Amino acid sequence: MSDEKIFDEMWGRDEQLRDPYANFQSWFDGEDPARLRAKQREADDLFRLTGITFNVYGRQEAEERLIPFDIVPRVIAQREWQKLSRGIEQRVRAINAFLNDIYGRQEIIKAGRLPQEMIAKNAAFLPQMIGVHPPGGVYTHIVGIDLVRTDDNEFYVLEDNARTPSGVSYMLENRETMLHMFPELFAKNNVLPVSTYPADLRRSLAACAPPACDGPPTVAVLTPGIYNSAYFEHSFLADQMGAELVEGHDLRVVDGRVAMRTTRGYQPIDVLYRRVDDDFLDPLNFNPDSQLGVPGIMDVYRAGGITIANAPGSGIADDKAIYSYMPEIVEFYTGERPLLQNVPTWRCSDKESLQYVLDNLADLVVKEVHGSGGYGMLIGPTASKKEIAEFRKKLEARPGNYIAQPTLSLSTVPIFTNKGLSPRHVDLRPFVLVSPEGINITPGGLTRVALKKGSLVVNSSQGGGTKDTWVLED
Amino acid sequence: MLGKTANGLYWMFRSLERAENTSRLIETGQRIGLTRSGNMEWGSVMQTAGVAEGYAAHRGEIAQDQAIDWMLRDTDNPSSVLSSIASARQNARMVRTALTTDVWEATNAAYMRSKELLARKVPERDLPNTLKLIRQRTALVRGATHGTMLRNDIYDFARIGTFLERADNTARILDVKYYVLLPSVFAVGSTIDNVQWETILRSVSASGGYRMAYGNQVNARDIAKFLILDKRMPRSLNFCVSKLRDNLGYLASDYDTTLPSHEIADKLAQRLSLHDIDEIFEYGLHEYIQTILASIGELGAQIEQDYRFYV
Repeated sequence: MSDEKIFDEMWGRDEQLRDPYANFQSWFDGEDPARLRAKQREADDLFRLTGITFNVYGRQEAEERLIPFDIVPRVIAQREWQKLSRGIEQRVRAINAFLNDIYGRQEIIKAGRLPQEMIAKNAAFLPQMIGVHPPGGVYTHIVGIDLVRTDDNEFYVLEDNARTPSGVSYMLENRETMLHMFPELFAKNNVLPVSTYPADLRRSLAACAPPACDGPPTVAVLTPGIYNSAYFEHSFLADQMGAELVEGHDLRVVDGRVAMRTTRGYQPIDVLYRRVDDDFLDPLNFNPDSQLGVPGIMDVYRAGGITIANAPGSGIADDKAIYSYMPEIVEFYTGERPLLQNVPTWRCSDKESLQYVLDNLADLVVKEVHGSGGYGMLIGPTASKKEIAEFRKKLEARPGNYIAQPTLSLSTVPIFTNKGLSPRHVDLRPFVLVSPEGINITPGGLTRVALKKGSLVVNSSQGGGTKDTWVLED
Repeated sequence: MLGKTANGLYWMFRSLERAENTSRLIETGQRIGLTRSGNMEWGSVMQTAGVAEGYAAHRGEIAQDQAIDWMLRDTDNPSSVLSSIASARQNARMVRTALTTDVWEATNAAYMRSKELLARKVPERDLPNTLKLIRQRTALVRGATHGTMLRNDIYDFARIGTFLERADNTARILDVKYYVLLPSVFAVGSTIDNVQWETILRSVSASGGYRMAYGNQVNARDIAKFLILDKRMPRSLNFCVSKLRDNLGYLASDYDTTLPSHEIADKLAQRLSLHDIDEIFEYGLHEYIQTILASIGELGAQIEQDYRFYV
């Protein structure tokens, strides 16, 4: 990949300004860099005041940190977006059909398109969900699809986040901040709004109310609490939706419903948008030590007393081992060729694949099947000999725990530095809402950017930042 | 509204009120330190703020700069100005969905500014200005609350927290300083008494108010009357308790339910409006304040229970 020129979303491969950035470029050229630097600082102050900070895991007395924000927008043309959103919709539709099937009749296994052991031995598969029909047939009410771009017309899906995708508050606050700081930019560009997301989310959740709900559905957001790194997002979404923000100790099962303790007694909840993992959801049915969940909620759920979003067990759809079967899954349930490409993936549980991976470690990215946050992975091309040797041992000891992918030459978008614009690698997470009424994709998403020159790691826990993401109207 | 949210609002506003009260006590303490020699006054100032025991455990012998630092910015002291503002902000984060953006941002800004101002030990010459800047920040929270919040149960719990803390504070000042206000054969009209009385008035920001209400003649009976019974004085026990009763009354009509805490508030308010200052001195000022403090404590505990703050 190093020999090849990298695709920059503003300048292409050959320093030719691409259309979607034309208005931005002419504005930027007329701006005083000193003013822009002041604006960059102003953005930080705004984020601090709003409280969009996150706590670093495992450090009790740590300062609250900001995820760095870059003022250069990432711009996507309407025709690009239309193509992308068709692909996303197809994929999300397939994911829900897959979940309905895998916890139901398991036709895909009977048809021989997915090996039985991919499910049977998979920790993300929840046997407690077998035969459960979530209200409206929706498993993944909220999905975040992680995409990377390698060329003008080439997008790959890196990961499907089907459990509790986070980051949508950054999508919304990044836009608010840009509108506040550079209103003139929005007058020159027809940027599609993202601000409808909270209302769409609420409507989408309410449309999945359980059979027990009579009257307007009561929606609540379940958070692990103020020390969780994503707490800001939980309270932000609850606030914007006009929903209650609850913790496990606010809830209990009363008369066959999950109810919250209010100043006037216990009141039933119809739809619970939970931001705690399956494991912690119900100490009676899962992890008995959990303080974050509600004892007995799974029994209420199975009896149709509450909707849990996303449905427990959805994680089987974004499992990294299942990921490699996504092209088959999309074809099986939609009868169509997948519109979005999967990154070629070697499953190290397979002997031949393992050998290939071991022979080519220096060129591959190797990930833990259940890892996240960019931890526990090896990026071959940038790793030292010693790191590769150490990783080889881990891989040989537990091959089934890993998958490997080629390093893609991720596109870049400029960021604003002290020396002007400079390209950095990015990814994109659009947010998708699913309800019986349909699939809704907010035009935009979260662009994560690796702030270190040449780095491919965009995770905020490892020096990544974010950008406002624009989808232009034609 | 969640019981937890009511609890968070109540403590957010109690903590803000406490930060202001403590900062006023520090100001008063420093002021007396300027006019009288010795550190003896700091003992009673810290006792009033309820932080004397913690001080003894952490810092030992009483010294002015140490006492100021303990009350102002020590995070081992849960009632220091900085701890109180941090706690207000933590509670505000917890109840973020119940607050307007203006109130949240004012609270967050108050915290960030205070943390900055109190990052290091504050030199004595900077103290008055620092305290003023912090109180301006908390006043902005109060202003944003007043100007942008709906008058519903959220507002009621915020007010209940404010006035319970304030009533408690005024009662504690009287409890610690009651002996200054007792008729005594010694030292009546002496400068010592004047300084002590002035201390009491200053620590509730009431010097100006007192002059407006009673003129320039300072005497113990009028001060006690002003702080306990005056209906116009926003930090008097009577005023605070009547506000508590009002806000509990709004909750009762809003929720269409009368609860045990309403009865306690009614009785307390009645007591304060029927009593006469001479009767109070006859009954015993100290004993009287003690019974009021006990009732305030009882009221607080009953509110927690009635509105399901914890269970």
